[in-house]
Amino acid sequence: MISHPTAGELIDSVIRFIEERAAPNLKDRDAFHARVAVNALAAVRREIEAGATAEADQIARLGALLETDGDWESLNTLLCERIRDGAISPTDQALLAHLHASIIDQVRIDQPGYAGLKTLEAR
Amino acid sequence: MNDLQHALGALAPDLSPGATTIVGLRRLSGGASQETWAFETDSGAPLILRRKPPGVTGSGNAVPLATEAALINAAAARGAPVPRVLAICAPDSDVGEAYVMSRVEGETLGKRIARDPPFAEVRKGLARRCGEVLAAIHDVPTEGLPPLAVSSAATELEKYEAVYRQMDARRPIFEAAFRFLKDRAPTLERPVLVHGDFRNGNLMVHPDTGLAAVLDWELAHLGDPAEDLGWLCTSSWRFGGSKPVGGFGDHEDLLAGYQAAGGAPIALERVLYWQMLGSLKWGCMCLTMYASYASGADASVERAMIGRRTSETEIDLVALLEAAA
Repeated sequence: MISHPTAGELIDSVIRFIEERAAPNLKDRDAFHARVAVNALAAVRREIEAGATAEADQIARLGALLETDGDWESLNTLLCERIRDGAISPTDQALLAHLHASIIDQVRIDQPGYAGLKTLEAR
Repeated sequence: MNDLQHALGALAPDLSPGATTIVGLRRLSGGASQETWAFETDSGAPLILRRKPPGVTGSGNAVPLATEAALINAAAARGAPVPRVLAICAPDSDVGEAYVMSRVEGETLGKRIARDPPFAEVRKGLARRCGEVLAAIHDVPTEGLPPLAVSSAATELEKYEAVYRQMDARRPIFEAAFRFLKDRAPTLERPVLVHGDFRNGNLMVHPDTGLAAVLDWELAHLGDPAEDLGWLCTSSWRFGGSKPVGGFGDHEDLLAGYQAAGGAPIALERVLYWQMLGSLKWGCMCLTMYASYASGADASVERAMIGRRTSETEIDLVALLEAAA
């Protein structure tokens, strides 16, 4: 939408500033927090790129699974209730297929280097 | 720090033969509930002080430091590798509530133990050794121990579900895991001494001699022996290592070591049950840490970002649910 710069370019510029200019002057806890800050910005960047598609895909899957329409929040809440009250079994294949696809999308945004992501992607 | 230097100096003759004072006192970690200090006696004995910070009242599930020290002694008597407790200081002493122990040589950084080349040799036998040591800890006679909480799978689930509900987060994977685990909660037949935090990161490992000491006894309680085995296998403590036991070993070796050392046989399924509960528990803890950011109690980027590690536990939970389905 907005360009020159895009949100992604702005984030990249801040990441570069922290890594190249700010972090070398920090130590101990502040240096650690600078690394976490870079990770946080990188997650935001990935969320900007992939978040909307992941949410749309979730809404489509939730609609099919729960046989009803709604926005993400109401559908996700309904799913939680159905699992909690036993209407959907935690080992139900359709449920697991939804959870599988959703959590892969989320970990790709949150922590793409996490070993458990490769485990699930390989299945 | 000067006061602490003096108070420990006065203890020196009890800590090492021929010692008259202590030197090199330095703070190692800044845990909120526990301080860890390193120092030496003037006779050269390397020591560690674990102390409750002055003015801090009891934290959550942690046992008193005197209890920790008593459990370390009890585990030592069964042959488990632990530091040697040299002095226990009462809350009203000059040192404060604390104990002093020998400083054991080795590495505790989970990533190094799971992945670095200097540990390649000891890694081969480490899962089996962990099994043997857990059998020894679980064999500690529970009569005569200081008072400890008793917890079962059901009570652990109750506790963490309350934490999760309080957060008002709607996470279908947590819902599925709670449902799955509650429906299959094993009964607690014979509670044993459970270390409670037996995982890569709390194990001192030497590159030549292997497991040198089991540390961090503050979450010890009476419970299901499989809890310790499952927590050791929980994916969050593999530090990028490829194997299920702490990132360094296989389930079969852990269970074989446990049984060879006299531990009552534990089915792999029961370990996997507690492994799943471990991921769920750590996931709830990540949410709790994020909550301290959301409430404004700790506005650091680290507290905010740890909430985004909850999904790591969720992906592990999905893998375990799929395997069990």
